[in-house]
Amino acid sequence: MALIDLEKQITQLQQQLSNSENKEEQKALKIQIAKLKDEAYNNISAYDRVYMARKSNRPHIQDYIQNIFDDFIELHGDRLYLDDGSIMGGIALLDNQPVTVIGHAKGRTLDENLHCNFGMSSPEGYRKALRLMKQAEKFHRPIITFIDTPGAYPGLEAEQHGIGEAIARNLREMATLSVPVIAVVVGEGGSGGALALSVADRILMLENSVYSILSPEGFASILWKDKEGTRVKEAASLMKLTAKDLYEMKIIDHIIKEPKTGATVTSQKVYEQLKDYFIKTILELNKLSKTNLLNKRYQKYRTIGQVSVL
Amino acid sequence: MMEKLFQERKEKLVFFKRLRNKINHQTRNEIPDGLYCKCASCNETILQKVLVNNLYVCPRCGHHHQLPAHQRLALLYDQGRYKELYQQIEHLNPLDFPGYDEKIKMLQDKTKLDEAVVVASGKINGTKVITCVMDSRFLMGSMSSAVGEKITRVIEHATKRKYPLIIFCASGGARMQEGIYSLMQMAKTSSALARHHEAGLLYISYITHPTTGGVTASFAMLGDIIIGEPHALIGFAGARVIESTIKQKLPEGFQRTEFMEKQGFIDLIVKRQDMRSTIIRILKMHSKGAK
Repeated sequence: MALIDLEKQITQLQQQLSNSENKEEQKALKIQIAKLKDEAYNNISAYDRVYMARKSNRPHIQDYIQNIFDDFIELHGDRLYLDDGSIMGGIALLDNQPVTVIGHAKGRTLDENLHCNFGMSSPEGYRKALRLMKQAEKFHRPIITFIDTPGAYPGLEAEQHGIGEAIARNLREMATLSVPVIAVVVGEGGSGGALALSVADRILMLENSVYSILSPEGFASILWKDKEGTRVKEAASLMKLTAKDLYEMKIIDHIIKEPKTGATVTSQKVYEQLKDYFIKTILELNKLSKTNLLNKRYQKYRTIGQVSVL
Repeated sequence: MMEKLFQERKEKLVFFKRLRNKINHQTRNEIPDGLYCKCASCNETILQKVLVNNLYVCPRCGHHHQLPAHQRLALLYDQGRYKELYQQIEHLNPLDFPGYDEKIKMLQDKTKLDEAVVVASGKINGTKVITCVMDSRFLMGSMSSAVGEKITRVIEHATKRKYPLIIFCASGGARMQEGIYSLMQMAKTSSALARHHEAGLLYISYITHPTTGGVTASFAMLGDIIIGEPHALIGFAGARVIESTIKQKLPEGFQRTEFMEKQGFIDLIVKRQDMRSTIIRILKMHSKGAK
């Protein structure tokens, strides 16, 4: 059974437990809950990870900023057209080291989600991100990005304003940024919209995050004309989109461990691991010469899907 | 004089096509092999020979049909002569996608192409130029590891030798069967273009029908000069996805090159008959001798 269904059952039982006054019944329910939890979290499938990556109680960029950095000043706008709420960015202090932090924003209430367009960015968002990255380069600040998007926004205006161009430019410009760049996929890493913030020296993923060419729903629909969503689970496992898969394929560098039931806003250990990794890695990357840093970044992408000519 | 030049070109093209013993292609939107075919736009019945001689442009309505990669190269390079690079590239099936290897093999036999892109070098009006031509007959011109690798290799080659580069884009986007590897080819090709760009070299991106998805969001939109063929589709998201997201009908001509030229994302639209001459003019203005 999928995690989503098991979690529903567990919640139901927990409700029963809190309503129950009979000690015998309570005991039985507790055993049943423990058994279900065991079943739920010990056999996590790829599709379960997709579900977990999308959960709204996962930490969002605001939570990471608050728990990892000592100070943060948010900066707005692309200096061209407007401020896209789906991407948040600014300057932060990481243990006294100034860094630029940029990432997709997601909300928990409808209002919040409307403001950040459910984490789906328009060209203005990617251009804001690039402006902040260029600013970081000017002041020799390392860049940390948090990736959490279902994908770039498929809208009329997004196309009119050149969403393709905005993503393309980010890819090219990020390849030449002379400061260290670390990207963390914290939830959904959806397609080009995720890639546009993640051309980096190090890419990490949270244990229950996913990173893929498109959603498993889209994949099943395109390849198998699956309109009812009956083959989504199959798609998820075929796509190799979990942190473990991507680590094994050498696309990402490190996995951040999560609590068994998934990261939440209060998962201090997740923040600690990230903070330690950032501090350690920035120190390491700062030692490299600019040429060396850029060569290594180039090689990182150069070798993905490298095939030989017969 | 130009007319004479084009007449010569056309003759060469016909000769060239005969030489290549007629490539078989029968996907949608394409001109089937036969004596007659129908224009995809105005439905006019046209003699196949007439259409080929007219550079696959409908003589009645001017609709630009898809031009197979080798025909385009023959049209572009001096005397139709060019050298194809990085052929017979190895294939990856990183997801062990069922039936993918067989599909590649079948398409290779059918199209006589090794992948969805042909990369070539040769001279255009005496200037050495590197060209990539994507061919939508091969899995919709989608971006596989092999496509990304061929394009990256040839960009690196152009950067090293200081050659100008032209990429004729035509792609449905990502190669789904290769998953995240396909996505990463966007970063790989764009990184290689960054180096070509920093070396001060000319890159012309040439948009042909259809250019969408990951190709639009990488090398298609990175040209110093972006040229579009008339009425070619150029966009990131698919029209149907956009319509279902915003719940409204899209305007007439949406995501066509003329539309995107108006929006400021394409420099100029060039008819196929003027392709070579326009490229020659641009190359001349970028040559070292130009003042």
